[in-house]
Amino acid sequence: MQQEVVLALLAKEPSHGYQLRARLAQALGPLGDEMNAGQIYVTLARLEKAGLVTAERSAGLPDRPDRKMYALTPAGQQRVGDWLTEVSWPRPDLAEFHLKLVAAAAARLADPLAIVDAQRRELLRRLRDAQRAAMAEPERSDAGLLLEGIVLRLQADLRWLEACERNWTGRRSGT
Amino acid sequence: MRNDENTSVVRARGLCKKYGREAGLVRAVDQVDLDVAPGETLAVMGPSGCGKSTLLHLLGGLDRPTGGEVWLAGQRIDGVSEKALARLRRTAIGFVFQAFHLMDELTAAENVELPALLAGRSPRAARRQAISLLEQVGLGDRATHLPSELSGGQRQRVAIARALSNSPLVVLADEPTGNLDSEATLDVLRLFESLRSAGQTLLIVTHDARIAATADRLISMRDGAFVDETRLTGGTTGHLGALAGLEG
Repeated sequence: MQQEVVLALLAKEPSHGYQLRARLAQALGPLGDEMNAGQIYVTLARLEKAGLVTAERSAGLPDRPDRKMYALTPAGQQRVGDWLTEVSWPRPDLAEFHLKLVAAAAARLADPLAIVDAQRRELLRRLRDAQRAAMAEPERSDAGLLLEGIVLRLQADLRWLEACERNWTGRRSGT
Repeated sequence: MRNDENTSVVRARGLCKKYGREAGLVRAVDQVDLDVAPGETLAVMGPSGCGKSTLLHLLGGLDRPTGGEVWLAGQRIDGVSEKALARLRRTAIGFVFQAFHLMDELTAAENVELPALLAGRSPRAARRQAISLLEQVGLGDRATHLPSELSGGQRQRVAIARALSNSPLVVLADEPTGNLDSEATLDVLRLFESLRSAGQTLLIVTHDARIAATADRLISMRDGAFVDETRLTGGTTGHLGALAGLEG
């Protein structure tokens, strides 16, 4: 789990680990199910070591991570502020697939259109899963918005595959 | 899985549609074999001009093939008379088109009940059913609206209700989300999903990946021929979290 995400979850108020987990679950919906519940505590321990978070044990309770109350230090607050204003750019991985088609065609190792078809099958399965999950979300849920993002990205990938298909069909028939 | 010829709702063998001749010959549909099982949702996907709309027209008896056979629920239909074909289209097939094709001067309920009236149902029974179908597509409160008073998504849902009017053996949909924005598309997707779980046999031709992804089975078409087939049901492969940038 990215450290800044955990820090930002703490920005609202000092919280127990399980409260952070609940906020995460709310925002991610079904996508959060795949996450390891212990991960957040690993990240919190690292943040504490780095001086970005303080952890106070509640009096009279056993020393378990989910009993601790976590809070941002001034340095932690600074980091959250920087992170929020940072512009991050998603890293699309198009070149690898593109080069696969080019190399397969050049070496006559495989039909580029067969590679496109196989890729489309995989993308459509993912699209179906994402769409099912999106349809199951109540209106205006945070997780629904994230799922819509996944659906839109997959659609963009599929549109690019259509362009690949047109291009390689054209080359094969020599037009 | 193999479909027995007696159980396929829609079946085609060696289906062809050619236009022109010699150098100008276009094979819009080229030797297509197809079986759609009862209750199955099948999507045929392909770029525009690949022949998918022509295929749908041949299967629905809107157009005649230049070769091959078309069967509907065990009955061969490619050679039947125009009159018999018209009756089949009215009673056994529900059509949904990209441009909705509603009658502008009729209300939503009147549009939906029209096929039932043409099939000889009593006006009262036809109306009762039209209202219930409109409720099923979430438009129970729009029964007296004219198409011009409805949004694109609502018009398409009326068109789908109309397609269901005669409890068709199969619904054939040609680019049903082609004219819709993403929210209206989602409404139509939900509707097709509920038809699918109700066991309605559906054949959708589309280039919209979203609606194709709701199908049980997906066929890719290029230059008039089927080039790839995928079964979308069963075992999910990717993890959604990874698609959103979340690591395990």
